[in-house]
Amino acid sequence: MSNPVFPLSPPVRDALGIGVAVGVSGTAFGTAAVAAGLSVPQACALSLFAFTGASQFALVGVVAGGGNLIAGAVGALLLGARNTLYGLRMADLLGWRGARRAVAAHGVIDETAAASLAQRTPAASRTAFIATFASLFVFWNATTLLGAVATERIGDTSAFGLDTVGPAIFLALLWPRLRESGRIRLVAAGGALIALAAVPFLPPGVPVLLAAAAVLLGPAPDGGTPAGGGAGGAARPGDGPVPPGGDGGGAADGAADRREVRP
Amino acid sequence: MTLWIAIAVTAVGCYLLKFAGLAAPRRLLDAPPVRRFALTVPVALLAALVAVQSFTDGGSALVADAARLAGLAAAAAALLLRAPFLVVVLAAAGTTALLRAAGLG
Repeated sequence: MSNPVFPLSPPVRDALGIGVAVGVSGTAFGTAAVAAGLSVPQACALSLFAFTGASQFALVGVVAGGGNLIAGAVGALLLGARNTLYGLRMADLLGWRGARRAVAAHGVIDETAAASLAQRTPAASRTAFIATFASLFVFWNATTLLGAVATERIGDTSAFGLDTVGPAIFLALLWPRLRESGRIRLVAAGGALIALAAVPFLPPGVPVLLAAAAVLLGPAPDGGTPAGGGAGGAARPGDGPVPPGGDGGGAADGAADRREVRP
Repeated sequence: MTLWIAIAVTAVGCYLLKFAGLAAPRRLLDAPPVRRFALTVPVALLAALVAVQSFTDGGSALVADAARLAGLAAAAAALLLRAPFLVVVLAAAGTTALLRAAGLG
């Protein structure tokens, strides 16, 4: 679907849209967390202080399987490492230091990166970041509490199909990345196969860590300049001056692209 | 108690990872291995999470729960139709719940 050129909508409106839509799915996290055996305060603590969906779901998934908590935490942190990359890209745009930067850091996640990197000017980026962070934080935490308390009262969660919520969310997070290149799809297939093959032999949580090895199937082997070769894919050498978020890298762009298509 | 520790480690670690990005020197991003690792690892992990949570009982047994897999297929269909995040989740859970209510899986 090609994007018709609408007059640029105010970043705040877009940001609030993302914040509300994604934030509401904190319900799903609260649900999954309590279904996995976390208490309501534990579910809420994760949403307040970890505040990065995929990592939260990853830890909770391991708890659900009665798995190794160390593996669970490591898996969550590995997933959280992509936020470091967003931060690297957003540091110049936001241009904050000291206490402001320390607070802003908590909000560096998929959605805020997508929203702020999609803007044309640093001022718009900052506005989009603040609006997305604020709305997402409020909604994500409120709905986590809601989902957790509701699920605590339900009892048999499988009757409501809540065991499908986790994989569906991970699929939704993965989806925009799958459209990037064949190599990326190869990494995804490799990761899934490695993890499934390891499941019968390793404690829950560890197979997912092992799947990180599938990165080796990924695009552009490193070693100085990622030039030449047939494997080019995602890494474009020497892409010079590009608009913010326009360098073809990663989830933020994919997510932004996906959300721009909303009606 | 140990669960609280895992939660604390995850929370503190996730914050530090975010902060590191904002505070690190910009040129780190230009190092191809860093970039490649940070961009590609989530793809492998997310795919592994989808697979493990779809095809296991949460423990060490591989299972194929028809109702759950149908729910996941519904999620994929919703994603193909570019449905919003919440609709994807509701389609998945709703399909699984309906099939179970009908006595499947």
